[in-house]
Amino acid sequence: MSKKWNFKKFTSSRESSLIFVLIILCALIQMRNHEFLTLKMFENLFKNYAVIMILAVGMMCVLLIGGIDISIGSTLGLSGMCASLFMRDHQEAPILVVFLISMAVGVIVGFILGCIVSYGEVPPIIATLGGMYALRGLTYLAADGQWVASYQFTKAYKDFAQARYLGFGVVNNLVVIMAIVYVIFYIFLKWTRTGRKIYAVGSNAEAASVSGIKISSVKLLCYVIMGFLCGLCGAVYTSLYASAQGDMGTGMEMDVIASCVVGGVSLNGGRGSVTGVFLGALIMAVVGKALPLIGVSQYWQTAIKGFIIVVTIVLNIITQRVMEHKNMKERGA
Amino acid sequence: MAGKSGRVISAERTHDWKKQLMKWETFLFLIFIVVNIMNIFISPYYMSVNGLFTATSSFLEKAFIVLPMTYVLLIGEIDISVGATVALSACMLGITYNAGLPMGAAIIVCLLVGTLCGLLNGILLTKFTELAPMILTLGTQILYRGIAEILLTDKGTGGFTKVIWFQNLYWGKIGVIPVMFIVFIICALAFGIVMHKSTLGRWMYAIGGNDLAAKYSGIRVQRIRCIVYTLTGTFSAVTAFFLASRMGSVRSNIAEGYEMEAISMVVLGGVMTDGGKGNFPGVIIAVFVIGFLRYGLGLVNVPSQVMMVIIGVLLILAVLLPNLAKKIRGVRV
Repeated sequence: MSKKWNFKKFTSSRESSLIFVLIILCALIQMRNHEFLTLKMFENLFKNYAVIMILAVGMMCVLLIGGIDISIGSTLGLSGMCASLFMRDHQEAPILVVFLISMAVGVIVGFILGCIVSYGEVPPIIATLGGMYALRGLTYLAADGQWVASYQFTKAYKDFAQARYLGFGVVNNLVVIMAIVYVIFYIFLKWTRTGRKIYAVGSNAEAASVSGIKISSVKLLCYVIMGFLCGLCGAVYTSLYASAQGDMGTGMEMDVIASCVVGGVSLNGGRGSVTGVFLGALIMAVVGKALPLIGVSQYWQTAIKGFIIVVTIVLNIITQRVMEHKNMKERGA
Repeated sequence: MAGKSGRVISAERTHDWKKQLMKWETFLFLIFIVVNIMNIFISPYYMSVNGLFTATSSFLEKAFIVLPMTYVLLIGEIDISVGATVALSACMLGITYNAGLPMGAAIIVCLLVGTLCGLLNGILLTKFTELAPMILTLGTQILYRGIAEILLTDKGTGGFTKVIWFQNLYWGKIGVIPVMFIVFIICALAFGIVMHKSTLGRWMYAIGGNDLAAKYSGIRVQRIRCIVYTLTGTFSAVTAFFLASRMGSVRSNIAEGYEMEAISMVVLGGVMTDGGKGNFPGVIIAVFVIGFLRYGLGLVNVPSQVMMVIIGVLLILAVLLPNLAKKIRGVRV
């Protein structure tokens, strides 16, 4: 019982510290540039980082079960490319169909990778590393090395990323999609039986197995979720940038994993929350967006991002140690 | 195969014929022969001393990372910062050389920078043992790449072609054998002997098999981890100056994705990411399999995308097939 209590305390303090960091960041940026804290800016920020934020939730599911998925950039590329090619050849297709195709491709990819990881018992990093190569290759092959350019997209599809009809004219469509994903996953992971199973498998696979959870199907489910979200993001990405290129999404996996890590998801599994991931991704997005705003040279941005990641994870460990030390003392007293 | 301590730490070797045949290296060697036969059919010039060495030189500079990466995976860890380390140390090479240092000194700086990068990884990972190597090296990867970007911005640095002996590091030959090939063979032999015949090698197997058990049996686990990561940094720098010698100038975005290539070569060679398994000759064969495959398909203009699919699928199959075979055999028994 005490373990659970500790865990709860840990995550709650983690999120509050993230909010604290976020507020300080925003205040600092606002002091340098008064344009920053506006609604329009934040809508823009959410719109441009919607893809990474959505993927971060899926990545969290995979990390929770102690896995990892570095093929997401390629999965996004393949699904987005398939959907765009379909649209190029079927100009009359409604947006929903394009999205569904993209998601279907994502789910298939996720299912295959999930089977390889859960039933084939291939270490996730190897399976998804292989997937990263293979899917990227398939993306180029599917498109025959070509792009789908902006003029080949339907107008409705291109407008989708800029319009606000899903948000009743107030909020951008992509932001709405992102919000829906976050709400669904918040409920799913916190209050549904399957969601709790994911945590159970991640924190102690043996115990979960003994208590009757089918570990391989939970693992498979997480990879399918990841694939599905990649598919969704494939469509979102192509709609946002109004073109589909073979190399789209390259290297995105690192940004997504970094967001999760900053958000307090443990790579050993079992630890992490949707709120934490949201805040982590938001911090990364604010940093990415704000650095050019306050006049930091673009050549410094990568290093600053890397520095932030390294410092965050090291600080995370230190606070964890201090807390454990404190708990030990309390128990001793 | 007892270690210095007189105990047999790793699994004993059996000289059973059937087992020898079923070994992964045997299978890998068959693939190697098939690839070579394929290449002979592709190009009539392939099967000559010059042809073979040209093929070898096309990928061998990357293979220097593979050597220490084998150790990293053997102890059950991973280092994805090597590509960025290559870039950073190559940039330092260029900068110090153009600042007026003689080339010899610049190479020493390059090696020092690489070693420092690896040492930083090692120190952080051993001081904070809770850190997952994947996360930390992800952070330092972005950090090192960022520093390279700060140093060089978007410009290149070069002029290496003025120094004949430096150019000869990559292009030069002793008799018919390229200098780089000789260096590689010497390094590979050293790494192989250390891995299989030395106490350090036995220790690494022990750590990969069970680091806690290794610790309790008196092995300085953290020190060895630190050494392995530092070694990885140093050999990334070796790749860096061979790469610089090959290209004649460097930019901050060189060597992107080398970490994944190196890891896939090691895994294909039979060293699993969970550690404690695999042997060195397998890795060396895998380096040549992938290298020759890529070279041969490049000769007939097979698009590199097809290559990516093949390598990706090979990587997954390399791990999946033995697992499945084990499962099927288990069911029969």
